[in-house]
Amino acid sequence: MLKIILAVVGRDLKLAMRRQADIVSALFFFVIVVSLFPLGIGPEPDLLRKLAPGVLWVAALLATMLSLPRLFADDHRDGTLEQLALAPHPLGLVVTGKVIAHWLVSGLPLALIAPVLGVQFDLSGDALLVLTFAILIGTPALSGIGAIGAALTLGLRGGGVLLSLLVLPLYIPVLIFGAGAVDATVTGLGGEGHLSLLGALTFASLGFAPWASAAALKIALE
Amino acid sequence: MLEADNLECVRGERRLFAGLGFRLEAGELLYLQGRNGAGKTSLLRMLIGLLPPENGEIRWRGQGIRKLGEDYRAELCYLGHLNAIKEELTPLENLLAAAHLADEELSEDEALDALEQVGLAGREDLACKYLSQGQKRRVALARLVKERRALWILDEPFVALDVAAVGWLAGIVGGHLQRGGLAVMTTHQPVDIPAGQVRELRLS
Repeated sequence: MLKIILAVVGRDLKLAMRRQADIVSALFFFVIVVSLFPLGIGPEPDLLRKLAPGVLWVAALLATMLSLPRLFADDHRDGTLEQLALAPHPLGLVVTGKVIAHWLVSGLPLALIAPVLGVQFDLSGDALLVLTFAILIGTPALSGIGAIGAALTLGLRGGGVLLSLLVLPLYIPVLIFGAGAVDATVTGLGGEGHLSLLGALTFASLGFAPWASAAALKIALE
Repeated sequence: MLEADNLECVRGERRLFAGLGFRLEAGELLYLQGRNGAGKTSLLRMLIGLLPPENGEIRWRGQGIRKLGEDYRAELCYLGHLNAIKEELTPLENLLAAAHLADEELSEDEALDALEQVGLAGREDLACKYLSQGQKRRVALARLVKERRALWILDEPFVALDVAAVGWLAGIVGGHLQRGGLAVMTTHQPVDIPAGQVRELRLS
């Protein structure tokens, strides 16, 4: 079971390394969108500190969305998805591997660069730490939920727009608890409660989303 | 071994075929023939279990393939008209990754040997996007060289191949039948397979 997940993760990471432009463009999108806010709002530390959690999280959601349409589309176009569906494993495990690989190349870089961007909003050290941690444990849920949307819109014309309409509403809980954790730290309430709920969301979506995506993929392959 | 019973296929609003049945034993090859759009590929996709038939049942070793699930897929090798190779990877990486994902043992030496047989010696380390259409097809076909699963389902395997490669592939399929394997394939150009019992099924 672990073997097939690792095989898929290894293959997808290798492919991502050969196509680094995709990773870099999502990351640059994140950096630029977040950096535009302090420039547009001006040097008002109090306001910036208030805006920071929401801005960083919304940018993270959008940056994750950027790479979602290609999650299954490339494999579908060249016939690899058929072969994956015919492998003697449950398709859900294959999708789990793809979701993990997607997080490693989209969510993880966002978490690593977030504290640097947070400095622009005059966030304290504690808040930066919580922000990094929240993005780290929240983004796997984004990849998981996104996989369902990517599987449902596979092969559709204009699937990209439909994908955003399907997936963004489902991202709302992650946004609320993710931004809430940072907000609570800034106001001194402590973000542990929010982080636990964020962790629970991630576990639930990593457990269920691959199987829902697998069901959608089977329909797309008919 | 492989039986199809009273199959019916409906695509969109059209019924492509109904009441279709056949039986294939070890060492036998089934040639599917028929004009474009007759439902050849649909039938193959039913046989591999990706397309559920409207009616009827497909059995492998006496049991329905839906029920067998992974046990059936472990004995099945499918080659569609898409090559299922990754353009960014080299032929060698493609072969190893495919074997890995299908849970098969394939050493690097065996993979290199397979690539040499399909005439890609010296191209192992070149990303597949630099290969020609025919060469990409050969990478896909190289999977068959070390393939020991019992049932091969091949969709138009001879497309984009030159004369020498067609002969080579016929030999590979012949060897598979001789080992007691089964094969189902569609083709528009009748090719002589050097061994095994050949059956024909015409869809119309």
